[in-house]
Amino acid sequence: MSDPVHIPVMRSGKLYESLDQLEVVGHRDGQICAKVSQANAGLVRRDLKKTHAKAQPLRDLSMAQILEICKKAAGLFLEAELPAGVEGTQGPDEYLRCLAATSGLPVTMGRANMKKVASVLAEMGTILRGLTRGLDLSLLDDGVGVQDDMTLWYAAPPGPLGVVLPSNSPGVNSLWIPAVALKVPVVLKPGREEPWTPWRIVQAMIAAGFPAEAFSLYPTTHDGAATILDQCARSLLFGDENTTRPYASNPSIEIHGPGRSKVLLGPDQIDRWDSHLDVILQSVLANGGRSCVNASSLFVPSHGEEIATALAKKMATVEPASWDDESAGLSAFANPKFAEFIDQAIDQGVRAGGAKDVTAEHRSGDRRVVHEGATYLRPTVIHCDRVEHDLARSEYLFPFVSVVEVPADQMLEVLGPSLVVSAITKDPELVAGLKNSPDIHRLNLGPIPTTQVAWDQPHEGNLFEFLYQRRAIGTVEDW
Amino acid sequence: MSSSELAPQQQAATEALDTHLQEILRWHFSEETGTPYWRDWAKSAGMDPLTEVRSVADLTKFPHFDGELLRTEPHERFVPRAYHGQPFRIFETGGTTGMPKQRISWEDYQIDYSQFSETLDEDAFPRGGYWLMIGPTGPRRLRLAIEHLANVRGSSCYFVDLDPRWVKKLIATKQPDQAKAYMEHVVDQALLILKNRKVQVLFTTPKLLEALSEKVSLVEAGIRGVFCGGTEMSPQTVRFLIEEVLEGEVHLVPTYGNTLMGLAAHKPLTPDEGYSITYYAPQPRAMLRVVNPDQPDELIPYGEWGRVELTTLTKEFFMPRFLERDEAIRREPCELYPWDGVGDVRPFGANEQKIIEGVY
Repeated sequence: MSDPVHIPVMRSGKLYESLDQLEVVGHRDGQICAKVSQANAGLVRRDLKKTHAKAQPLRDLSMAQILEICKKAAGLFLEAELPAGVEGTQGPDEYLRCLAATSGLPVTMGRANMKKVASVLAEMGTILRGLTRGLDLSLLDDGVGVQDDMTLWYAAPPGPLGVVLPSNSPGVNSLWIPAVALKVPVVLKPGREEPWTPWRIVQAMIAAGFPAEAFSLYPTTHDGAATILDQCARSLLFGDENTTRPYASNPSIEIHGPGRSKVLLGPDQIDRWDSHLDVILQSVLANGGRSCVNASSLFVPSHGEEIATALAKKMATVEPASWDDESAGLSAFANPKFAEFIDQAIDQGVRAGGAKDVTAEHRSGDRRVVHEGATYLRPTVIHCDRVEHDLARSEYLFPFVSVVEVPADQMLEVLGPSLVVSAITKDPELVAGLKNSPDIHRLNLGPIPTTQVAWDQPHEGNLFEFLYQRRAIGTVEDW
Repeated sequence: MSSSELAPQQQAATEALDTHLQEILRWHFSEETGTPYWRDWAKSAGMDPLTEVRSVADLTKFPHFDGELLRTEPHERFVPRAYHGQPFRIFETGGTTGMPKQRISWEDYQIDYSQFSETLDEDAFPRGGYWLMIGPTGPRRLRLAIEHLANVRGSSCYFVDLDPRWVKKLIATKQPDQAKAYMEHVVDQALLILKNRKVQVLFTTPKLLEALSEKVSLVEAGIRGVFCGGTEMSPQTVRFLIEEVLEGEVHLVPTYGNTLMGLAAHKPLTPDEGYSITYYAPQPRAMLRVVNPDQPDELIPYGEWGRVELTTLTKEFFMPRFLERDEAIRREPCELYPWDGVGDVRPFGANEQKIIEGVY
C-alpha cells in the first residue's frame, strides 16, 4: 500500500496545506488513501473576494488558444502522470485504483467516466457551439462582436462559478469544465469520498496551459460549501433533495438533484416491448445506476408485469464483482449505512402494499450483500400497481427501476420532473405532448438509452446562458 | 526545557499550590472567616478538611462541585464570614439559556486580571491608548474585568455588546438569517468605533474578529494586539487568524476563562508547535486538570483528550473539582507555567454531537 496522498486546498492556483485534514479511507479495508486539507469557511470567504481578479490570465487567453489547451488537457487527463497532491505524481491506473478504493466505483466504470470527461475536453469546440447555439466563439474574447450583421454583447458573470460536487460519479465533473473554457474561473468543493477527479482534471488543465489562477479547490465543511454557494456569482449544486431544497428558488444556483429519468413505451410499441428491452436495460444499468441520467421509472400502457419479469431476469444476473474486474456492473457503497437505508426504504415501500420486488424471486439471496468486504445493492425491479405509489417515481443510487402501467393519455400528466425521458413511441399525440412538457430536460425520441448524451445538446441547464448575459449595446463609428 | 530540567520548578509550584490550598481551606472552613455553605457541608459530610486535606492530591475527598448550586442556593450561603456586610457583585456565566449560574464576587476579577496583565507583551498591548471589547457585557464579569485590565495598563476601553444567549436561541430555532443580521449589527457598531476613534487593542471572539477583518484591515486600522476567546479555536483557526485575519502583524493572545475561574494564560504560539493552543490556569488561585470523562477521579495521560476539571481557590470563592462543559488535551508543564496545561479546548462531546457556539 502506498503512502496516502495529501490533497491540499488550492487557492486561485496556490497550494495550501491546512492543519485540519480529513482522512479518506478505502471502504473495503479502512486503509487511509488520502489526507485532504480542509479549508475553514472564513478562509473560503476571504479568498472568494479576490478569486475573480486573480483569474485575469484566464481571460487574457483567446478562445482559439483555449480550445487547443482543452484538446491537450484531454490527453493528459487520460494518460499522463500528473501531480498527486502536495508531492509525487499519479498516473491513470493509480487514479482509478484510488477512485475505486474510496468511492466504490469499479475500475471499469471509472475508466468509462474518464473517457467521458476527456471527451468533454477534446470536444470542447462542439460543446461550446451547442451551448452558445453556434456563436462565433472569438466574440467571447472581447465580449462584443458582430455576427450575421448583428452586434452582440455577452457579459461574463462578475465572479467565479462555484461547484459543490457529489461523490457518486466522476462524470458529473464534465458539467463544470466548459465554464473554464468560457473564461470563468471555478471554485470547486469536491465530494468527501471523491477528491480524486476534480483534482486530476484541474492538474491536467493546468499542465495543458490553463493558468493555475483559474482554479480553486476547497475541500471544506458544510459551512464552507454554504459560503461558496452564497458568494459565487453563479453556482452548480449537486445533491439530494434535502441538500438542495434551501437553494431551490435561488436563480444564481443551478440545482443538480435527483434526475428521475424515465423510459416511456408508447401504445404503438407496447406489443414489441421485448425488442426494446436492451435499451431499457442500458438506461437502468449503465454506470452502475449511479447517474442522474439512469432511468428509474418505466411507464408502459400495458404488459407491466411481463416486462418487469423479463427485466428482472436479466438484471438479476448482474452480481457484485471485484473492484478491478473489467466486467463489473455494480458499484459498491462507500458508506454501507447508505446502502442499508436504501434497502430498508425499498422494503418498506413493498410492505406498504401495491408493489412487488420482482427481482427477489430471480436472485439468490438478499438485495443487500457484502462481497469482498464491500457492500452492494443488487439490481432491483419493482412492479407498482399505480403511479402514485412511493416507489413508482423514486430514484436510488444503484440499478433500480419501477415498472408501472399508465394509460398513454395520462403519461404526461403523471410524468413529474424528469432529467431525461426516452420515449419509445411514434404516437403523434404522445410525442407532441412530450415536446411541450415543461418537466423534461432532455427528450430522446426513439429507442435511445437515457444514458446516451450528445455534447451539442446540453441537457442539464445551459451553462453558457447561466453564466453569460446578453446585453444591448450601441456603437458609433468615426467619432 | 526537558521535563527533568523542569522538575524543580514543578516541585516548587506544587508546594506553593499546597500551601495556598491549606490557606484557602482555613479561610472557608474556619469559624472566624468561613463560608456558611462549606461549613455546613463539612458537618453533614462528617469531614474536617483542615486536617484531612493536606495537599492537592487530597482534593478528591471533595465530591465534584454541583454547578446547580449556583442557580439555586441563596447568595448569602457563599459569603465568607470575613466579608459579612460588604455588598457584593453578582456575575453570571456566559451563554447558557434558562436560569444562569451566578457567582458572587468582591475583588477577584481585579486580582485575576491584574495578574494576567503581567503576562502581556508591552509592544502589542501598549500602556495608555484605547481598547475596544466586542463581546458579552451585561451580567458577566468579563465587561468589568476587561475594563479593569485596560485601566491597569493605563488604557480605557470602548464596548460593543453581544448577547450570546440571543445568538444561541436564534441558532437553536434555525433562524440563521437573524443570527447573521445580529452579527452584522454588532460588527457595524464596532466598525463605527474603529472609524472614529483610535483603538489599539481588541478583545473579541474568533468569529467576530474574522467578520470585522472582512470589512477593514485591522493592521491599517492601527490594531496592535488582540485578545480572542470564548469559543473553540482549532489550530487551523488560530493559524488562519494569525496569518490572514491579522495579516501576520497583529499580536494574538488566545484567552480561556470564565466567571468561575478567572483567565488562563497561554503558552506563546509558534508555527513549530502547529498553532495548537495550551492554556495554563492562574495557579494557585485556580487549578485545571484534564480527567477521564468516564472516571473523573482519574487524570488522563498527557497528550490524550479528557474533560476539563476546574478548582477555584480564592478567599471569595472555593469551588472544588467542578467539571466544565469543555474537553481538552492534557499538556505537559512548561517553563513559564510549570504545571499541567489544557490544549485545544473545545466543547465537551464536540466529536459526538453538534454544539451550538454561535458567534460567541
